[in-house]
Order: sequence, then structure tokens, then C-alpha cells
Amino acid sequence: MPKSSKAVAVAENARLTVRKTYKLYIGGKFPRSESGRTYLVDGDNVALASRKDARDAVVAARAAQSGWAGATAYNRGQVLYRVAEMVEARRAEFTALGVPAGELDAAVDRWVWYAGWSDKIAQVAGGANPVAGPFFNISAPEPTGVVAVVAPAGLLGLVSVIAPAVVTGNTTVVLAADPQIAITLAEVLATSDVPGGVVNILTGRYAETAPWLAAHADVNALDLTGVEHAELAAELERAAAGTLKRVIRPPDGGIDLSADPGLKPMTALLETKTVWHPKGY
Amino acid sequence: MFEYAPAPESRSVVELDSSYGLFIDGAFEAAKDGATFKTVNPATEEVLAEVATAGPEDVDRAVAAARHAYGAWSALPGAERAKYLFRIARIIQERSRELAVLESLDNGKPIKESRDVDLPLVAAHFFYYAGWADKLPYAGFGPDPKPIGVAAQVIPWNFPLLMLAWKVAPALATGNTVVLKPAETTPLSALFFADVCRQAELPPGVVNIVTGAGDTGAYLVAHPDVDKVAFTGSTEVGREIARTVAGTGKRLTLELGGKAANIVFDDAPLDQAVEGIVNGIFFNQGHVCCAGSRLLVQENIAEELLASLKRRMDTLRVGDPLDKNTDIGAINSAAQLARITELSEIGAAEGAERWSPACQLPERGFWFAPTIFTGVTQAHRIAREEIFGPVLSVLTFRTPAEAVEKANNTPYGLSAGIWSEKGSRILAVADKLRAGVVWANTFNKFDPASPFGGYKESGYGREGGRHGLEAYLA
Amino acid sequence: MTVTAPIGLSDLRSFLHGLPGVDKVGVEARAAALGTRSVKAGSKAKAIDLAIRMVDLTTLEGADTPGKVRALCAKGRHPDPGDPSCPPVAAICVYPAMAGVAHAALAGSGVHLASVATAFPSGQAPLEVRLADTRAAVEAGADEIDMVISRGAFLAGDYTRVFEEIVAVKQACGSAHLKVILETGELATYDNVRRASWLAMLAGADFIKTSTGKVAVNATLPITLVMLEAVRDFRERHGRQIGVKPAGGIKNTKDAIKYLVLINETAGDDWLDPAWFRFGASSLLNDLLMQRTKLTTGHYSGPDYFTLD
Repeated sequence: MPKSSKAVAVAENARLTVRKTYKLYIGGKFPRSESGRTYLVDGDNVALASRKDARDAVVAARAAQSGWAGATAYNRGQVLYRVAEMVEARRAEFTALGVPAGELDAAVDRWVWYAGWSDKIAQVAGGANPVAGPFFNISAPEPTGVVAVVAPAGLLGLVSVIAPAVVTGNTTVVLAADPQIAITLAEVLATSDVPGGVVNILTGRYAETAPWLAAHADVNALDLTGVEHAELAAELERAAAGTLKRVIRPPDGGIDLSADPGLKPMTALLETKTVWHPKGY
Repeated sequence: MFEYAPAPESRSVVELDSSYGLFIDGAFEAAKDGATFKTVNPATEEVLAEVATAGPEDVDRAVAAARHAYGAWSALPGAERAKYLFRIARIIQERSRELAVLESLDNGKPIKESRDVDLPLVAAHFFYYAGWADKLPYAGFGPDPKPIGVAAQVIPWNFPLLMLAWKVAPALATGNTVVLKPAETTPLSALFFADVCRQAELPPGVVNIVTGAGDTGAYLVAHPDVDKVAFTGSTEVGREIARTVAGTGKRLTLELGGKAANIVFDDAPLDQAVEGIVNGIFFNQGHVCCAGSRLLVQENIAEELLASLKRRMDTLRVGDPLDKNTDIGAINSAAQLARITELSEIGAAEGAERWSPACQLPERGFWFAPTIFTGVTQAHRIAREEIFGPVLSVLTFRTPAEAVEKANNTPYGLSAGIWSEKGSRILAVADKLRAGVVWANTFNKFDPASPFGGYKESGYGREGGRHGLEAYLA
Repeated sequence: MTVTAPIGLSDLRSFLHGLPGVDKVGVEARAAALGTRSVKAGSKAKAIDLAIRMVDLTTLEGADTPGKVRALCAKGRHPDPGDPSCPPVAAICVYPAMAGVAHAALAGSGVHLASVATAFPSGQAPLEVRLADTRAAVEAGADEIDMVISRGAFLAGDYTRVFEEIVAVKQACGSAHLKVILETGELATYDNVRRASWLAMLAGADFIKTSTGKVAVNATLPITLVMLEAVRDFRERHGRQIGVKPAGGIKNTKDAIKYLVLINETAGDDWLDPAWFRFGASSLLNDLLMQRTKLTTGHYSGPDYFTLD
């Protein structure tokens, strides 16, 4: 359970600490919820995102998508590696929020692992197809677009759904489980050369916002990894069917964060494009 | 014009029974309630045969048979499964003339297409996936990939046997068993395929064929003992299936509709582009989900290109599907003809200019002349909705960026075409098109090694190639 | 009709390189698809007779003698002596040295006399020699001249030289028709075939012809398809119809009918006439005659029943 850091600070010093206000992270900025709502989590008033915040986040994610996907894979890899550096640098803050050291290590290592995939996944997931004719034929993976994510708890959970989505060029709207951890990660992202809008983080109750994202026609995929209730997951999957979104279902028994993630978290959010061209003088 | 005289392919290579049952657990049987439907030759409206309508109990039996067969089939060494598939491929090659004629009879497609495109691809598809059956650990889906179980497969009427091959070959190669429902207007080639399975001595229950209409398909995909659903058809039905499957944990792949842009730049190889446009929209009467139904032509060559296109369309031969010289056969059904007719009338009513070459259509059967609409804008329904017929909407653009924007301005994303002699332009445009298959300086090419499938509302999952295995591996 | 070059000579290069490209795979697929057309019964009979009437019956051997040429002329006039309904061929095609003999043998028959000229087949002689060759052939009675272009000059990009040589030969032809042999097998690409076709047409060719028959690659369906597209487009732009002659390698009826289908569905039926399409061939004729006999008698024929010339 994350703990609030400031109570400790006040007790030991006469000086009044400057508290952090936990807001949303949309389009690279930290706005309050347009609804003006907050809710109390471990003593902090954190933003309670509304459907309109979700809508704004989708706009930001869409606006950022082609640029992010159009960046070179090498560049995306560098940016993600920078995120790992920044998380490492903020260990104390995450620790203060209750993230265990082992999970922090794993979270940093997972960023690094995914960062390295940026310029390799296309070679593993795509390639030349030996068609029976005088044609050049190649399949390459491309990001599916804007991904709405219901994130599982904890820093490692968050990293395990954000990194595989964005490393290939998707942009995301993330409904976070642990607001303080998530917004602290947002601060990392905001200072790591990740373009605004690539990751958008909403805090609040996903049961309220997720249905809007599941039905949103400008969302291409829905990652339900963090959804705990089977009936809600089914409802969201049904809503996603309206525009035939790609859906990552919640894993049976919850996500196993210690397991090798494999390629699935990336490939589930990739489209395969196959290009043909004749060969002839 | 130099007339070629009728050159009909012989019908006698196909022996049709008057009625066909369901293929369940290796045997043909009537539907439990005895219900049947008629399948007709769309070129003549002649009834070809009566076919059993599978009801819930029949589907239950088919799924149970597939479940029963699954244990032994999935436990079979891959090399042994491969040999069954190789056998099937060979038998299809040996019987390809018969199957081609049958396909043209039941579907209405020209014999030259069923003979030169459909059947060779069907056999090739089985050959391709046969070879995968004992190599799955090397496919990139983990060191010990497992089958999923019983696959429910629902296929459309536009390429009946080819769509069957796309579904059945990878499913069987990976160790799944299948219950397949062919379309109600084209059930016959699937039933002949059942006979191919028997000739190949495929174990009973590995492939089951249940014929019927939408109700049969809906019951099948909703069946609780099905582990995997694969569907090819309209986006509307695909949406319904996705809703049905939601929350069940069944794996799902969908190959749905399209409204492909075929983009012709001013530096295109024009004569080949015209061929590509014609092939893109008139191949298989335009009953092709990846048809190039929106021609985007650069405005500075539009007049010249359209003149060439019209001249070319004047040479299209519409008529008897069994005539070896027929380019455009019959529309598959009265219902489809009604839809094409309706959308075309809407196109004209919305102000687009309609043109068809002079061509005499047969009196009986379902026919639609090849048609183009010029002066179409993105706002026209004929530029947005899938017509699934020989109807081309022509739009113009000025710059590559505008072409890309218009091409992508659709909920669909199955395929696209690019015509240009400039390599860097082709590659840049191909990169930006949101479509699963991009044909550059060619169109409507298919190969078992080449993954096929859509972006956005054209569905998800890929069929063909190494990628096509994923849908059938746990 | 007087032909004025629609473009200046200095613009030739930019014009020819501005023509739309030809995609090899696409044009070959189209030709192959047309090759699957099935022509039956009465249509086939008509097609065979048309093909016979389009044959430029050819002998271009170092060993040609007056006797051989006379025999060929006799064959051209009456390809099937036993069947008076069999039409004559379009022309007899010989070397200039044989033109006089052939002219005499064809007198009054209506069969044209074509002579290859311009230092056929290589064209590697001074222009004056080639022009003299041409004039000699015309003087000996040839009413059609089959010239070769300088492929070397074409491949070197010296389009002006090729153009001017064609103009000069055309002048030397007088009233004789000029067929310009592009030797497409040496041009190597379809883009070059299209450019050479336009170059020849702009320079005044009456016909464009694929090949000498003396190199490895002679007439093919896709090459002829590109040339048919060229004459179609040229007429559309300039109003002048140009003929097409595939030569070399067309050996049987099946092949010949494929070419007729190609004409029918590319340039159109205006070209389905010996005035606008010819087959440069020798052995083709006997196969056409055999198939013709098969259609009239209902049984297969054999080579012993047709003259070898």
C-alpha cells in the first residue's frame, strides 16, 4: 500500500513541507480534472478523472500518434531508455510511495528491456514472404494507434502495460490503479523526452471512465489487463466490439509480473502490413 | 469486334447429387429436423441441389465430434498431421477442374478465375500449412506452441473453397479440429471438400461441415464448447460475433469488409495501372473484401486515365461463368444484386456520374454491368460503404498527402493500391496507408505465404504466412 | 498524309523519357491472361484465314536462291493448292538481292513484296550504303521495306541519329511502305520498346516491327502488346494509324491466334487487317494450313499434306 511521504516530513521538521498536488497527465501537461473533482487516496486529494478528461486524453493521444510512430525506432528506444534512467533517479520518491525495492529494480529493468525492443521487434515479427511470383513481398508490424489501458496495480504493473504499448509507436490513455505512483511516473515521462500525448494518465475510478474509452470510436485498442471483475471486462469487451477494437483480456488470475512478458504484450498492439511490389526491369 | 464464339467449360466433370447432408464425424447425415435449403446457380437460377440446414442439435453433434477428435488429432506428431494436409493438397490438385467448375456453378464466378486463381491457391494453401505442422516450435510463438481446441469457422460466399482453405489448413496444421459453416448461397464446394477429407482418410471429426444460414452460424460461434472463432464476412456480422464472444475467453479472428483506395499517381505505368484498376474492382464481380473500390487518381491525369479505363472496360466480357472467355460472371445472389443496385442508384441520386460499357446481360440469373462513378467525393455513400459488386467510385487528388488522407479517411483498413514509378514515393505512401495489404504497381495478388488481414474495422488477425499460425496457437 | 514531327528533335529525349513507364510483371501478366482466350469453331476458322492473310512469308537465308524464292512466291500466292478458298499471304519477304526474282514471281497476284534493307540484320553499315540498299530494293520492285534501326545509337541515347536515319530511309523508300524493325530483343526493356516505337512513329514509320528474327529474343506477346499500345496511343494523339509486325518465333496457329486476341483487346479491330498487322514468319503458314484443314475436314492433318518450301 503506498504511503504518503509528507506526514513523516512534518513530524521531524518545524518547516512546513511543500506538498505535491497529484493531477492528471494529458498531452504532456498536468491539468486538474475538468470536472473539478478530486478524491482522497492515502491523505492526498488526487484528481478524479471524468469522461471528458478521457475524451481529452484520446485527443492528445491521437495528436501525438503519427509523430511518435514516425520517429525512428532508434529514437524511441533512446527515449524509453531515458525513462528508465529517470525512474532509477527517482528511487527515493517511489520508495517513499511504498514501492518495494525489488519491484523498483524490476520496473527499471523492464523499461530497459522494452527500450531495446524498439528496433528489433520489426525484424522478429515481420520479414520477407517468399511468394510464388515475381514480387517483392514484405510484412512489417505497425502500431495499431491509440490504446486505452486499464493498468494493474503498482509501478511494475504500470510499466508492464505502458512500455510494450508505446515502444512500437502506439500512444496510450492509461487508467491508473495507484494515483500517486502513476502521477510520479508521469513526472518521469514528462522529463524524459517522451513527447506530450504519447502517454496520458488518468487517475480515478476506471469503472467510470473505461466504458467511455471502450466505446470511443477514435481508440484502436483496449488493454484490460488491470480489470479485476470478469463481468466488467466482458462489458468493456462488448463495447469495444462496436468499432472492432483489438482487446487484451485480463489474464486469468491477474498478471504475473515476474514472468518473462514474451512478445504478446507488444504484438497484441501491432498490425501487420504486407506490401507487394513487382520485380522486373 | 472479333468474336470468340462460346467456349464453355464442360459441366460433366461435376456430378451433383440432388441433396446433400451435413458432414459430421466423418459421415454425411441429414439435419435432425430434416430441414433443407436450396442452392442455386446464380447465372441461371437453376436449383443445383438441396442442402441440409443444420439446427442447434446438429451443431451440437458437430462440435461434440470435433471435441472428441481433438484429443487424438492434437496428440498426433506434427509430421503425421502434415502428411494428411499434403494428401488433401494433392487430392485438390487432382480434382481441381471438377472443383473449379463446381465453384463457378454455385458461385457464379468466371471459370478462368476459379480455374486459374481459386483452385491453385486452395491447393497451395494446404501445401504451405502442411509444411508448418511439424515446425511449429520454430514459428516464433514460443518453444512449445499448443493448439487451442475446437475452432468454429464461418466463411463467406465470394471465394467459398479458398476461404475454407484459409481457415481449415492452418487450424489443422496446428492441431485444432474444426466445425466449418460455409455460406448459404455457396455450400457445395465445402461439401465436396468433405469428400476430399474422406479420400485423404482424415480421422472422423477433425473436419465437420455444417450448412445453413445466419442462424446456424450464430449458434455455432456462440457454442460454449468452442474455443476459437474465425469469421470472414461483413463488418456488421463481425461486430455481432465480437459481442457474442466477449467475456467468453474464446479466441477470435475476423476478416471483414473494406473500401480500398487504389491510388494512381501521374507517373504511374498507365497501361498496367488500368489493368490494375480493372482487376482491382471487377475481379470476381467485385465480390472481394479487398477490392479497389475507390479509385483515387491524380487530377492532372484523370481525364486521360478515365478514357483509357473506359476503353478497357469496353472489352470486358460479361456472361456465362463457365465460358472460358468470360471476364465478369454472375452476381452471387438476388439479395446481393439488390444491394448493389440500391447503392448504385444512391450514387446516381447523390450526383455522381454513372457509366457502364454497352453490354448485353443474360435474361435469367443475377447480373450487373461493370460500372464506374465519376465526380464522386468523400461525402458520397458510394465512396464510404462497401458495395461488394462491380462498381468503382472515382475520386481525384492533387498531392500525395491528400491522396493518403483520403485513402485513410474510412473506418475500414483492409487493403490499398499505389501506382507510381517512383520508388521513394511508393515506400512513403505505403508507410502512411492504414491498411493490412498494400499492393504497389499490382493489385489483388494473393499467396499462402503472404499474411492477409485488416486494420481498424476490417478486422483483426492475419491469415496466411507464418503470421496466420498465431490465430490457432494457444 | 504529311507527317510533321510534333516535337523538335532536341526535345526527343525528354519526350521519349516522359512516356509512361511499362511495368514488366504487369504487361507480361496481361499478355498471358489474353493468351488464355479460347477461340473456337467459326471464329477460329475466320481467325486462321485472317492470320494467313497477315503472313509476311519470309526467307532470309544466305543460301537463298532464285529457285527457293520462286517456290516461296508460289506458296504465298496459293498456300493450299488443293483448296482455292484458301487466301494468299500478305507479302513475301526477301533480301534485296532476291527482290527482282520475287517481283517477277508475284506479278499480278496482289501479294506484296517486302524486302529487308539497310544492311539487314545488324544495320552496321554507313548510312549511304543502307540508303543505297533501300533504293535498290525499291527499284527491284519491293513495295515494302523492312529497315533496322541502329540499336547501338538508340542504346547510347543518340535518339536524334536514329530519328534522322529513319527519315532518310523513309525518303529513300519513295512510295514503298516502311516497316521499322526495332529489334526489341536487343533493346532489353519494355520501356525501351515503347520509346523506340514512338521514335519510329514520329520519324515516319508506316509499320513498327519487333525483330529481325536473327537474335535470341524475337517477337513475344508482351512486346507486341506494348507496341500495340503505342500505335493505339499514337493514333489517338496524332491521328495517323501505324501497323505492327511481330516477327520471329511465331510458329503455330495457337500463337497466331493469341496475337489476334491481343490486337482485338488492345488496339482494336481497326488493326485486325493485313494492312495494319503482319506476322513475319515462315513455318507458321503450314501450321495455319494444317489447322485450317482440320476445321474443314474434321480430322487432324499431317505435315506430308502441305508443301515444304
